[in-house]
Formats: sequence, structure tokens, C-alpha cells
Amino acid sequence: MLKILKYSFFDLIRSRWSYVYFLFYLLLGFVLLFLNNDVSKAVITLMNIIIVLVPLIGTIFGVMYYYNSKEFTELLLAQPIKRSSIFLGQYLGVAGSLALSLIMGLGIPFILYGLFQSDAIFDFTLLLVTGGFLTFIFTALSFNIALSNENRIKGFGYAVLLWLFLAVIYDGIFLMSLVVFKEYPLDTFSLAATILNPIDLSRILILLKLDISALLGYTGAVFKQFFGNNIGLVISIAMLSLWTILPVLRLSHKSKRKDF
Amino acid sequence: MSAYTNILFIVFCLVLTVQRSFANTIPICVDCEITTITEGVSVAMEYDTLLINKGVYKEFNILIDKPLTLLGQDYPIIDGEDKGEIIRIISDHVTLDGLFIINVGTSYTSDYAAIRVVKSEHFLIQNVVLEKLFFGIYLEKSSQGRIFHNKIIGDAIDEYNSGNGIQLWHSHNVEVDRNIVRGVRDGIYLEFSDNITINNNTSTDNLRYGLHFMFSNDDVYTNNTFENNGAGVAVMFSKRIKMYKNNFRKNWGTASYGMLLKEINDAEIKDNIFEENTIGINIEGSNRITYTKNDFVSNGWAVKVLGACYANTFSQNNFLYNSFDISYNSKLNDNTFEQNYWSDYTGYDLNKDGIGDVPYRPVKLFSYIVNRTPETIVLLRSLFMDIIDFSEKVSPIFTPDNLMDANPLMKRQYDRN
Repeated sequence: MLKILKYSFFDLIRSRWSYVYFLFYLLLGFVLLFLNNDVSKAVITLMNIIIVLVPLIGTIFGVMYYYNSKEFTELLLAQPIKRSSIFLGQYLGVAGSLALSLIMGLGIPFILYGLFQSDAIFDFTLLLVTGGFLTFIFTALSFNIALSNENRIKGFGYAVLLWLFLAVIYDGIFLMSLVVFKEYPLDTFSLAATILNPIDLSRILILLKLDISALLGYTGAVFKQFFGNNIGLVISIAMLSLWTILPVLRLSHKSKRKDF
Repeated sequence: MSAYTNILFIVFCLVLTVQRSFANTIPICVDCEITTITEGVSVAMEYDTLLINKGVYKEFNILIDKPLTLLGQDYPIIDGEDKGEIIRIISDHVTLDGLFIINVGTSYTSDYAAIRVVKSEHFLIQNVVLEKLFFGIYLEKSSQGRIFHNKIIGDAIDEYNSGNGIQLWHSHNVEVDRNIVRGVRDGIYLEFSDNITINNNTSTDNLRYGLHFMFSNDDVYTNNTFENNGAGVAVMFSKRIKMYKNNFRKNWGTASYGMLLKEINDAEIKDNIFEENTIGINIEGSNRITYTKNDFVSNGWAVKVLGACYANTFSQNNFLYNSFDISYNSKLNDNTFEQNYWSDYTGYDLNKDGIGDVPYRPVKLFSYIVNRTPETIVLLRSLFMDIIDFSEKVSPIFTPDNLMDANPLMKRQYDRN
């Protein structure tokens, strides 16, 4: 598995798209800090970008990579290698290189602009950790979709739909249910609904660490109480891990049974 | 005849000089003839000056019942040892200058103050430093005075056992100028006090409000800075207040605001800067107020309108980078927005007259939804909200139809920096 991981990883590292992705974040980081020069303010802007773009790129890249390397995968399948190692290796290679691009691309400009001297370092670390989690989660989900769909167009369609659902439609349903049931106490419900969606969870985790959390008012106080203590943090990390592990398990399970 | 008048005038002048020379200076120090301020006050004649030299005077309940000047040299310390009120002025024409007063007693039944002025006129309190206080300077039915260049530094922790820095109760025509108030309950508090001018003060880190008006009319405050208070300024149940060139900054917290207007009529708010407050101005039941040339920068809500507010006009203000520009809780709108600059405005100006051709609608759909269902605020900064805000902007359905700036400015009007 490690060998395949290594191969996938270096294949991607050498590929143009990884560089583009890396340079995009590098440029973004520099431009943000050049325009603003305030590390903690740049974190807020980055959050908006990360919770939308990272899942999208993870999804698209995962599907694309799977379909593109399909012939090579079939070649590997003819070799005496465990199936789960082939797919897990590929998955980790893609997700790893994406996460690396993200962390390096954003890390370098922020370090150059004095991240270690500012007190935003914790917020920034949290941003990168959630960004990393989102990459792993959405790449895993997209691999699952690609594995279940032979038809590329269908696979792409489902993958984009999945992203659209978690990034946009979910919030719409969330909002509608809040408005419809506004006569009832909604704190627990909104807490649960937030935790269940990795994008919402990441957004709230970062928001609560920033000044802007004062805007959240009473609901924000309930959230802060929950996420502020250790149990809340453990639960949210566990939730993100669960979102990563479950698709990966399904991936290895499915790959063993699939007829190529 | 003219010679007679001249002589009369000279005699009059002489009489004045003689009387003046009777006004003695009485030194007070540790090894002087007079060692305490209380003793000094009792031996002094009217219009004398008590020259208080450097040292520590452990005294309280000092009653000043005749026109005197208490002049401190090198800030003598008057230590009340937490026993109660320190100085009480019950005479007209009293001046306090250059004193350092500490340890005012705390009580749950009476409002002990470092300096209390009762039913007196023409007082002047200047260059006084107050620390470890309960109430600072307390004016009770006292008018025509001046509170100038004092420094009040409290260490208040709870609202229920702390007092106000400068309090005016039933006092009129007082000037409060260049004071620094920090760490008390309300920095400056006015109750039933009319025609007060409050200029150039700095009120920071107070538990409740930087400046608080209750039932006080025709007051003016200019060039003050209110920073990091529970709430910057609360103006309640008052009429014709003028607020110019003040700075409301960093009043940040879940229940904080730069300014709270409640039942205020006919006020004028001009040239102020509201920066980084959770709510810039919170308006409840306030009518006929004009807001001109203010800057609202990086607030959570720039203006939050609750309840019935009629005939207010907002013109030539700059709304810059606020999370929400205006929040409204009713569909009815009787307020006018005209020629403001909105940093969120995305319209165009074809005839290049500096005024946008498309009206700007300052109420976002999200802020409308949040007003109806507060829990929805958890969707702050989510992609979905951005999308529906955009669609509402293109074709408004939910937000009040006539709530718009028909002539939004293309450029920020003026730069204060």
C-alpha cells in the first residue's frame, strides 16, 4: 500500500494541477496579507474560501483522478496486490498531496508575514486542520462515488451534486426547518444539524474562535458553551474523523467486491 | 460731575483690592500649623485658599460650607480609608484643584462619592485624580459649574456594587470637559440634567455605559471617545440631544453597542465614527432624528432599528464593511436614506455624476430572517446565505419595498484621516 501511496503521491506532486492548486493558495495568501496585513483578519476571509473551495476541489480532483488512472488501476489489479491497498494508496496519495498543497500554500505567506509573532496562530492552525479534514472527507466521498459509477458523466454529476448538497442545499433545508419550527426551542436542533454536516461544523468551529462570534448572540452563547469545553471539541473532532473513516471503510469494502 | 464719578470709581477699586487682600492663603501640611483639611476649612474665611501640600491626609466627610479654593500642590493624597464620603460641597463658588482622592467607602444604602456637590453653583473641579472609588464626582441639584481635566480610575467588577464616574442629578448648565473616566459602572451619567455640554472626554473600559442620559434634554456632546465599554453611549427618554464628532469604538460583546437610542426625539447625530461595535446604533422608538456624515466601519450591525421609529433621516453617511448595514424588524418604513455611501453597493453610474443609477437596498434578506428567527444566525457566512442575499438583492420580495437609498454615492464622501 505504501508503495502505491508513494507512487500516487509523487505522480500528483509532479503533475501540473498540484502546482496550480499550490500556487493558487500561495497567491491567495500573499494577496490577502498584502491587502490587509492583519493576520487575524485574513483568517476570516480565508475561512470563507476554505469552506467552499476545499470541498469542491477535493471532490472534483478525487473523481478526476480516479477516472484518469482507471487503466493503470486495472493494470495494478492484475498484479498480486491487495485490492484495498491499491485504492487506499491512491486515495491517500490524492488527499495527501491536496492537503500538502493547501498547508504549504497558505502556510508560507502567513509565516513570512509573522504568524508566529501574532496570537492568530491557534486560529490559523484550526483553519488548516479543518481544511485538511475537509480535503480528506471530500476526496474519500468522491472516490466512493467514482467507484460506484462506471459512467464518468454520471460520476461527475453525483460528485458535484454531493458538494452542492453539503455546501448549499443542506443549509437551505436547515434554514427552512428553523423558520418553520421557530415556535419551539431550537438550540439543540441547530447544534445537532451543525455537527452533522462537516462544512457547517468547520465553519462554526472557526467562527467561534474569531471576534465575529459576538454577532451570534444567544444561540452563539449556547454554541460557545458546547464547543468551548473539551467534550465539545472532542465530539467535533470525532465527527470530522467519522466523516473521514466511514467513506474510507466503504471504499475498501466496496473495492473488494467490485467486479472489474 | 465727572471728577466725582472718577473718585467714586477709584474708591470702589480700592475697596475691592482691600477685600481681595483679606482673602488669605492658608497652608496645610504635615508639620504646618494646620495639619488637616477639615481644620483648614473651619478656620478659613470666605474666599480663602487652602494650599494643601504634598502628603497623605486620612480624612473623610470633609464639609465645605463656604466659598473656598482647595489647591493641591504636587497632588496631596486624601485617603478616605473606605469609611464613606470624602468631600461634600454645600456652598457656591468652591474650587477644587490638583487633589488625589482614594478609597471612597462602598455602601449598598447610600451613594458615597469622592466629591459631592449639593445645591451649589459656580463650582470648579479640575485636575483631580480619583482612584478606588465608589461614586466619583456627584452633582446634586447643582448648576453653572465646570468639571475639567480630571482623571477617574475605578476598579469596578460588578454592576450592583459599583458607582458612576461623573454623575449629574438635577443639575443644569454644567460643562464636563477633558476628563478621563475608566473602570467604573457608567463613565458619565446624567439624570434630569438639561443644557449640559460634554466635550473632549475619554470614557473607556466601563462596566455599563461610557455615557448615559436619562430624562435629560438639550445636551450637547462633542469630540468624546467611548471605547471598550459594556455599551458606548445610552441615550434614553431625552429630547434634543446633539451628538457631534464622537468616536465609538470596540464596544464589542454579545450585548454591546456603540450607541443605544431609546425614546429619543429630535436629536442630531453628526460627524461621529462608529467602529468595530457589535451594533453601531441600536434604535428603539426614536423619532425625527437626523444622521449625517457619520462613519460606520466594520460593525456587526451598523444600525439596528427596533420598534416604531418614524421620520428619521440618514444622509451622507459612510457605511463601510459592516456585516449588516441596516436591520429592520417591521415591513413598515417611514425613515429616509439619501445619498449615503455603501461599501456593499455594486451599481453603476453612467452619467458620472457621482450618484449610483440603481437604488441600494441596505436590508439584506439574511438580516430580515435573523430578526424573525434569531437561531438562523448560525448560518452566518455560509454560502447558502450569500446566494439568497444575492437573489433578494436582484429582486426584493421580503424586505420592505421602499427601504432603499435611491441615490447612493459612488465614492466615499470625505476621509477623516
